[in-house]
Amino acid sequence: MSINLEHISKSYGKVEAVKNISFKVNPGELFGLIGPDGAGKTTLFRILTTLLIADEGKANVTGFDVVKDYKNIRKSVGYMPGKFSLYQDLTVEENLTFFATIFGTTIEENYELIKEIYVQIEPFKKRRAGKLSGGMKQKLALCCALIHKPKVLFLDEPTTGVDPVSRKEFWEMLKRLQQKGITILVSTPYMDEAALCDRIALIQDGEILEIDTPANIVKHFPKTIYNIGSKDMYELLQKLKEFEHTYSMYPFGEFVHYTDKRDNFNPTELRQYLEKNGLQNITIEKTKATIEDTFMELAK
Amino acid sequence: MKRFIGFIKKEFYHIFRDKRSLFILFGMPIAQILLFGFAITNEINNVDIAILDHSKDVTTKEIIHKISASNYFSIHQFLEKESDIESVFKKGKVKAVLNFEKDFSKNLIKENHSTIQVITDATDPNTANTISNYVNAILQSYLKEQNKNSTMAYQIRPQTRMVYNPELKSVYMFVPGVMTIILMLVSAMMTSISITREKELGTMEILLVSPLKPFQVIIGKVFPYIFLSIINAIVIIVLSIFIFKMPVQGSLFLLGIESVIFIITSLALGILISTISATQQTAMMISLMGLMLPVILLSGFIFPVSSMPVPLQVISNVIPAKWFIIIVKGIMLKGVGLQFLWKETLILLGMTVFFIGLSIKKYKIRLE
Repeated sequence: MSINLEHISKSYGKVEAVKNISFKVNPGELFGLIGPDGAGKTTLFRILTTLLIADEGKANVTGFDVVKDYKNIRKSVGYMPGKFSLYQDLTVEENLTFFATIFGTTIEENYELIKEIYVQIEPFKKRRAGKLSGGMKQKLALCCALIHKPKVLFLDEPTTGVDPVSRKEFWEMLKRLQQKGITILVSTPYMDEAALCDRIALIQDGEILEIDTPANIVKHFPKTIYNIGSKDMYELLQKLKEFEHTYSMYPFGEFVHYTDKRDNFNPTELRQYLEKNGLQNITIEKTKATIEDTFMELAK
Repeated sequence: MKRFIGFIKKEFYHIFRDKRSLFILFGMPIAQILLFGFAITNEINNVDIAILDHSKDVTTKEIIHKISASNYFSIHQFLEKESDIESVFKKGKVKAVLNFEKDFSKNLIKENHSTIQVITDATDPNTANTISNYVNAILQSYLKEQNKNSTMAYQIRPQTRMVYNPELKSVYMFVPGVMTIILMLVSAMMTSISITREKELGTMEILLVSPLKPFQVIIGKVFPYIFLSIINAIVIIVLSIFIFKMPVQGSLFLLGIESVIFIITSLALGILISTISATQQTAMMISLMGLMLPVILLSGFIFPVSSMPVPLQVISNVIPAKWFIIIVKGIMLKGVGLQFLWKETLILLGMTVFFIGLSIKKYKIRLE
């Protein structure tokens, strides 16, 4: 096992940040922790990177205990905290050189690993890190976390605050790193990124709701989902809320994802109800459940 | 070793790229030493006084002449009547008025004594005191000259001699103090700020999750400041020697060694402050309030320790600056060596070891 958690709990005063969490990450796996802000993702990362000590439970990273063998873990993992944590007053190149030196290596030695990412920021290597755009900063941070060729990479919300194009590029890079045999534990609040992981853990309020492959998680969704559209989104939400058979509904892009309490739901009936209430251009279509739907269902 | 050098290189980048801290580092020592040396002084020079002479005879003329001939006073105005005294003080220019009684000369010869009233503006008590002392001294020396020939039956004549600073230059008192303050501030405040900055920006998290050992991080952080503080100490000593003509009676080498010890004490304090503060602002406040004030008030820099209430005297013993000031004054003014300063040096060394030990013990290898 690359990462192994057994019954990990951690509280800050009276607030229980993570409660009795256990999961395993296989070597070479791209594992995602999916959950909203405040779910306990960062706390888990800090326990695994030996920055915090759990109140209860045991955890291993690459076979080393996070409390006893913390020194060995610190040598062999790469960590990218949620907040941009490089030296803003150092240039791109200086940052990278610095992290290479403190890990006892050089940029040249492991250039192969970071090459694809580094070429994108190389034109700006004389620029101070604080003056980079969000996407560039994340790429630099990833380079710095990778420069010592870690066995396990911990990425805490690496794409938060990054534009969609850079996000996509970032995930492509993670996929390539995975092929090079690096185990990756990544957290994200974006459900669409979850689908790109090998396996994901849905986490909320410090508890794991489910762990499985994205495909299986979606498959387990118990109900049929309908995409409902209308010209007046606000009215549509109001009316659906008042509808007696509504099981769940929440906005999803330009549509509302709707599920019904009954198994023998007839879309025509809903259409009539909505039309009666003065809504226009109504569309009702079956759609496939997404990870977000599953999450909302499990989090209920 | 390579790691360590890389770390120190990074620290120097931080320092030289932050214009503000660079200014504090090198601007402050020079500004402070010049300020204390030139502007803040206890000496009096050319103080304006006024004279109200009711006799206008030979003796008063001689005395007035003697007073105006000294560098300490310049006669601003001659008053005509008693009521002028109040108004001339209210204008604020005149700091003292000498009021000679009527028939000054006659009284002196006939009754063997006559009176001169010295009225001083005591809104500034120190100056008022000094002025009245100086006037007294001038009068005494005048009398002495007059009585040269006649011998008195009994006479006690005090012969005062001010040693180590015969001209009573206040800059001699300020230089050791300012040097202490600056070394303390630069070392303690700058290190505590630079360590807490890593915490605040989140880079400490990455440094912790790296093979760097805690002591490597700490030494790496403080090393540049040892270097810069030594430069500062040299600048201060050079300034005080060449601009203020301050003597260094003792060994410069010993002064250097003692300064390095004090710098390390301050750095250890800075590390300690950084372990208890989470933000740069707290670190700065603690350094300023917790270090600067005691150094100014309790170290004997401005107010003599011996005239403090006993509880404060006891407290002053735990302030490293107190011992360093004693050492600096000893070396620069008295020219004494280690055989007289070993006790103070030992206390300072003890404090250094204690603070370093405490800060390494308190340094967190994790986030909490």
